[in-house]
Amino acid sequence: MLGLVVPAILSGLTTGAVYALVALGLTLIYGVLHIINFAHGSLLMAALYVALVLNMRLGLDPYVALPIVVAVFFCAGYLLQRFVVDTFSHGRDANILLVTLALSIIIDNGALYLFTSNTRTVDVPYAFDMIEVGPAFIPLPKVVAFVAALVIAGLLWLVMRHTRLGAAIRAVAIEKRGAELMGIDVKHTYAMCFGIGTACVAAAACLLLPTFYVTPQVGYAFVLVAFTTVVLGGMGSLGGALVAGLLLGVVEALCGLFLGETLGQIGIFAAFILTLLFRPAGLFAPKVA
Amino acid sequence: MLTASGVTKRFGGLVAVNDASLHVKEGSIVALIGPNGAGKTTMFALVAGFLKPNAGTVTFRGTRLDGMAPHRICRLGLTRTFQIVQPFAGLSVRENIACGAHLHHAGRKDALARAAEIAAQVGMERMLDQPAQDLTVAGRKRLELARALATEPKLLLLDEVMAGLIPSEVAQIIPTIRRIRDSGVTILLIEHVMQAVMSLSEEAYVLNQGRIIAHGTPQALVRDPTVIEAYLGHGAAERLHASEAGAALHA
Amino acid sequence: MKRFGPGESVAAILLALAALSPFVLPSQAWIGFAVNAVLISVLAIAWNVTGGFCGQMSFGHAALYGTGAYAAAMLQIRLGLNPYLAAASGVAAGAAMGGLIGALAFRYGLRGSYFALVTLAFAEVLRILASSFEITGAGSGLTLPFKPGLADLQFPDRYAAYLFVLALCIAALAVSAAVKGSRLGSNMIAVRENEEAAGAIGIDAFRVKVIAMTISGAIAGAAGVAYLQIQLFVDAPIAYGSLISVEALLGPIIGGAGTLLGPIIGTIVLHIVGEVVKNGVGGAPGLNLVFYGIVLLLILRFLPNGLMGLAGRLRRPAPAAAAARTAEAR
Repeated sequence: MLGLVVPAILSGLTTGAVYALVALGLTLIYGVLHIINFAHGSLLMAALYVALVLNMRLGLDPYVALPIVVAVFFCAGYLLQRFVVDTFSHGRDANILLVTLALSIIIDNGALYLFTSNTRTVDVPYAFDMIEVGPAFIPLPKVVAFVAALVIAGLLWLVMRHTRLGAAIRAVAIEKRGAELMGIDVKHTYAMCFGIGTACVAAAACLLLPTFYVTPQVGYAFVLVAFTTVVLGGMGSLGGALVAGLLLGVVEALCGLFLGETLGQIGIFAAFILTLLFRPAGLFAPKVA
Repeated sequence: MLTASGVTKRFGGLVAVNDASLHVKEGSIVALIGPNGAGKTTMFALVAGFLKPNAGTVTFRGTRLDGMAPHRICRLGLTRTFQIVQPFAGLSVRENIACGAHLHHAGRKDALARAAEIAAQVGMERMLDQPAQDLTVAGRKRLELARALATEPKLLLLDEVMAGLIPSEVAQIIPTIRRIRDSGVTILLIEHVMQAVMSLSEEAYVLNQGRIIAHGTPQALVRDPTVIEAYLGHGAAERLHASEAGAALHA
Repeated sequence: MKRFGPGESVAAILLALAALSPFVLPSQAWIGFAVNAVLISVLAIAWNVTGGFCGQMSFGHAALYGTGAYAAAMLQIRLGLNPYLAAASGVAAGAAMGGLIGALAFRYGLRGSYFALVTLAFAEVLRILASSFEITGAGSGLTLPFKPGLADLQFPDRYAAYLFVLALCIAALAVSAAVKGSRLGSNMIAVRENEEAAGAIGIDAFRVKVIAMTISGAIAGAAGVAYLQIQLFVDAPIAYGSLISVEALLGPIIGGAGTLLGPIIGTIVLHIVGEVVKNGVGGAPGLNLVFYGIVLLLILRFLPNGLMGLAGRLRRPAPAAAAARTAEAR
């Protein structure tokens, strides 16, 4: 039994790191803008397709493509917040949720129209290289994803703690009016947050691509996991999202082991519903950065 | 009619209301006064069920209220208004008041008819079909009062219904409140406009830093050195004499 | 009190003409389109009870719709129950699921985005469960045996099916109108506008919200049953898929949340846009939904009170904001 459980836990941790990366972006946006970005999963899916096309057309390895995709999605996120989410919602909370829902409908079905619903994967030479970790063998790309996700989380933390931008973001998160009076451009800061959050999913997409598949619906599955992670970790808490992401990866792997593939997902939703009902503030104290 | 005894509410380390007791007799108008941050609104929230006291009891006509939900307290005949008025912005004045009238009138027609009567009581009969969001501050305050009144309370808690009104509007609303009392509704009010307190209430409690520090007729209280020192501060007594004279003029 | 302004009357007349159009323009494609649009209108009316009147925006109305369809299908196939009894049970099952989700979510004070997310999660859990167990037909779904005839609540042709959904839609509209014009409706609107103030005037917000979810569940369940009886088939993605949840809310938001006719107007406008796009590009999948998203964006930007808000402008210059103004959970 243990021979199965330990590899499942290790594999779960690697998946969990990617969940955490997706969730970091979402929780940053929530923590500062106080909006739930429903289009987050759709942006992940879009980034997967961009990395896929770069691979098929230009032969770019997903890891090489990562900086390009991240830069493109950072800009896309910045512009989306500044010129779509903010303008179209008139700043009303309920409408923001609906605007991001509309964006997700447009992006998901746009991808369905452009790429059809066929499942696609990339071919990379190292896809089946294994690394021995204790009693288990883990695919190399999963180890890379794990390490890279933690590094990016660390970078994000450094930005939040030690840069002017980080200070501005934290100030706006705590007290928007006050920050505005201190000369911080709130709209710009909001858009930067949205950009960074979107850049996080772009990075996650490039790390996922070597071991994962792409369909226009893939974002939907991820967005639900990301919501669960964010709620579990405490809305707006970066550290919480990291821990919760890893935890959920393990929960999913173990549920999959004991209940089978489809029912395994129930573990995540059960965790989601139970957390929302009993600990809506998350397992840990909610705070930004 | 209403008795609060030893009521205490803590928010973390801050004691907002500390061992406060007060009593409201049926048919009276009682004022709860005190400086900003004294805990007056917290006291209202404790009485009306919006907060649960850490200690102490609240009894209304023989029923324990502490720990009871606001809507159940309202059904017993105790309704409050909010200092920061909360009209149902998307509805007309008539529909707003009808929301309250529905508590005792199941039928839509009855509730709407009752709403028109209540509106007349508070002088809003000409604004019935205006959207609530288009009202002036004074209009919103009146609407808040009307909506509460529509639940047919026996005791009405008014949280600063005159704050933000200009003197002529204050002068208009004072007789309205007195008429409400004369129709059989007991009133407990929080008020900063001393002119109103002096002319309306027979009895007042002074709350300072969460404690009831004095109790008596408003006329006696303004001469009470404890009150003047703790609450009104230096020079305030003179200002009060002036406003008293003003109230006498209006009366 | 004035019930209908000129805007509402125009909308009602347009709807009546649209309802009659399948008899005037008898084509199979048109009537198939009409059956679908009217069926989704019923679902939209259901969503409007919670999302529009009561201000609780659900992202998971498929949970209620699917439960109605599955309950009716399972009772007929597994227990051989009479289709009418099974249909009634489907409606009851939708109501029960609505009440259950509402009671759980509202008991723990979820509102705004949190409520939207938890309803979505419930629909997902039900979708996975329905696609995993033998009793719900697992991955292959449930198929009703074809027995056309009123005795089995099945329809020999599309006209009969259309008459059925039209009657159901009128019934749902009547229920929704009755709710809106009652004490319950007034309480729901008070809760939508300001829950704290509603409590202060004696309204039990929890109870009102759970009742709203229950009524909404019954109507959504009825829509699910109608789908089953017309298509004779149900599976997990059809019943509990996110598309159903999204369609349930698009109509009311586009037509005007909280208005009586808005959900129907919105649904029909949306379906016409989708149909035009589909015909324009030759049935490519996805593109009609892209336009759904674009219509939603444009409505939010330029008509935040929906198309009925536009109708309301015919009456007075500043229409009252009746959009679902859900307070964001902190």
